[in-house]
Amino acid sequence: MLDERSKYLRRLAVRCLRGGQRGHIGSTMSLIEIMRVLYDDRAKYDPTNPQWPGRDRIILSKGHGCIAQYVMLVDKGFIPIEELDKFCRKDGILGGHPSHEVPGIECDTGSLGHGLSIGVGMAIAAKIKNQDHKIYVIMGDGEINEGSVWEAAMSADKHNLDNLIVIIDYNKIQSAGFVEEIQPLGDLPDKWIAFGFQTIECDGHNVDELRKMFRISHRIESPRCIIAHTIKGKGIAFAENDPTWHHKANITEDQFKAMEDALL
Amino acid sequence: MTRTACLNAIYELAKQDERVVFIGSDLSPNTMLEFKRDFPKRFFMEGIQEQNIIGMAAGLAMEGFIPYVNTIATFLTRRCYEQVAIDICTHNLPVRLIGNGGGLLYAPLGPTHCAIEDIAIMRVLPNMMVKCCAGNNEMKAFIPETLNHAGPIYIRLGKDSDLDFAPLPPIENLWGRYINILFISTGIMSNRCMEIFKILSLQNIMSQVIHHAQIDPLNMNEILDEFKDPWYNFKLIVTAEEGIINGGLGSAVIESLAKNNIHIPVLRFGIPHAFPHHYGEQEDLLETYGLTPEPMAQRIKEFYDGLPKKSKICVKSCHMEEYIRNLENKNDPL
Repeated sequence: MLDERSKYLRRLAVRCLRGGQRGHIGSTMSLIEIMRVLYDDRAKYDPTNPQWPGRDRIILSKGHGCIAQYVMLVDKGFIPIEELDKFCRKDGILGGHPSHEVPGIECDTGSLGHGLSIGVGMAIAAKIKNQDHKIYVIMGDGEINEGSVWEAAMSADKHNLDNLIVIIDYNKIQSAGFVEEIQPLGDLPDKWIAFGFQTIECDGHNVDELRKMFRISHRIESPRCIIAHTIKGKGIAFAENDPTWHHKANITEDQFKAMEDALL
Repeated sequence: MTRTACLNAIYELAKQDERVVFIGSDLSPNTMLEFKRDFPKRFFMEGIQEQNIIGMAAGLAMEGFIPYVNTIATFLTRRCYEQVAIDICTHNLPVRLIGNGGGLLYAPLGPTHCAIEDIAIMRVLPNMMVKCCAGNNEMKAFIPETLNHAGPIYIRLGKDSDLDFAPLPPIENLWGRYINILFISTGIMSNRCMEIFKILSLQNIMSQVIHHAQIDPLNMNEILDEFKDPWYNFKLIVTAEEGIINGGLGSAVIESLAKNNIHIPVLRFGIPHAFPHHYGEQEDLLETYGLTPEPMAQRIKEFYDGLPKKSKICVKSCHMEEYIRNLENKNDPL
């Protein structure tokens, strides 16, 4: 069962979807608790100074899940809530994929498989400068089909980047269908372990478990990977585990109502 | 245009400025040994992973560093084009991409290693500066300038023996301002154009060679100013580059002329729009493609002789505002 805060954040996400009349619903809903715990409990940041050098860097490499990050940026005061109503619109700042021009967003993502290499560069930069902030890179299970992800993973291991934390939103569905059919990932934890990452798995919707995993991962002296098992469309029963809800445009009023009712 | 001069200059920069980092992708073990020795924390010899090193360079640049990324030009431009476009250009980051083996330098290694369209594909990326120096001194002088340029730069390298552009004394001193042909060229082709200049001069065709190491953004102001003089004498512009004709320097020149409403024939020299399937040395392929001074001069002469004797070419240039004003007044715009 989702608690009130998780439902509230999802209602904000639906407000954003309503603003744009479109969006990656399934990918957003699977990410909500990951982003919530990151912003509520883990990351250092200053909404009044988004470029504060001591901040933790949060890179949403699966950029299509951006609504989940936007609602946290609204919740923490980086951006005004009204921006959600202008999602994907010409008078708004929030687009269908994140832009570095939005306060609190580090870099443009959306083309998949770019974020981890950027995170590697940022983590190396922090080491050169002896800074102790962390770099969080959130990737999707479909995204890690990209070969560039594994180039970056090898590089993170080589440079022993213990300030880099990868989180996989493992919702088992990619755009075309189930991961198991489109591009099976095999033994995913073993893959990350083999690439030199200390890897832990958890329920990506269980807030207490996520908090615990972030705490554990804090003490590990190598690059880390948290594989968060999630449910695509989580919280909206009729969209859960349904690949057709990966992205929706032309969402009807009835569908919006049904989503809002599901989150009351 | 040369590699050693470029890498040495980067080492000198690293001494001055601790933002300078070097990233290579599985280069020779002898690469930048002094840099590695003196600045080990800022020296990265990474694996064969161009996509990753570009993303990594972007991440470092976002944190205030100035990464100089060096590998073979084809891999640096083709393999990771999307990383270059998005990670670097979209964010307008000060990453310097240094491509070894520009043009046909790696001809013996075949088409996988010949950087023939690098100028074209780098030039079309917003924010990207494209630089193609002719020789060592030009490169040595350019690298320090890269320190304070805010956006990304693609630097195409040639071989150590490439000579600096050596123009003959300004044409005005010899023949007044009567110039028939204007050469606009880059990289190793500029000195070849100077050879053609000599051949054509002996046939009483006056020309002038303008070397443009910087292909993008292309600063044509000096040339465009010439066309503001209603009595200008150019009948032909010749462009020359060691790269595919489509989309390169010649295209940039044509775009600039079109934008400024200047009507003049342009003859473009470069590599044909095809992948080189011959081996041999750089010079062998240049010869195959007719990119040596004698055949170039001959083709130019033929083209020039074919131009209307009493020039019907529109020699009047006008600014866009004037053009539109004339249209509104229903006058003949020209």
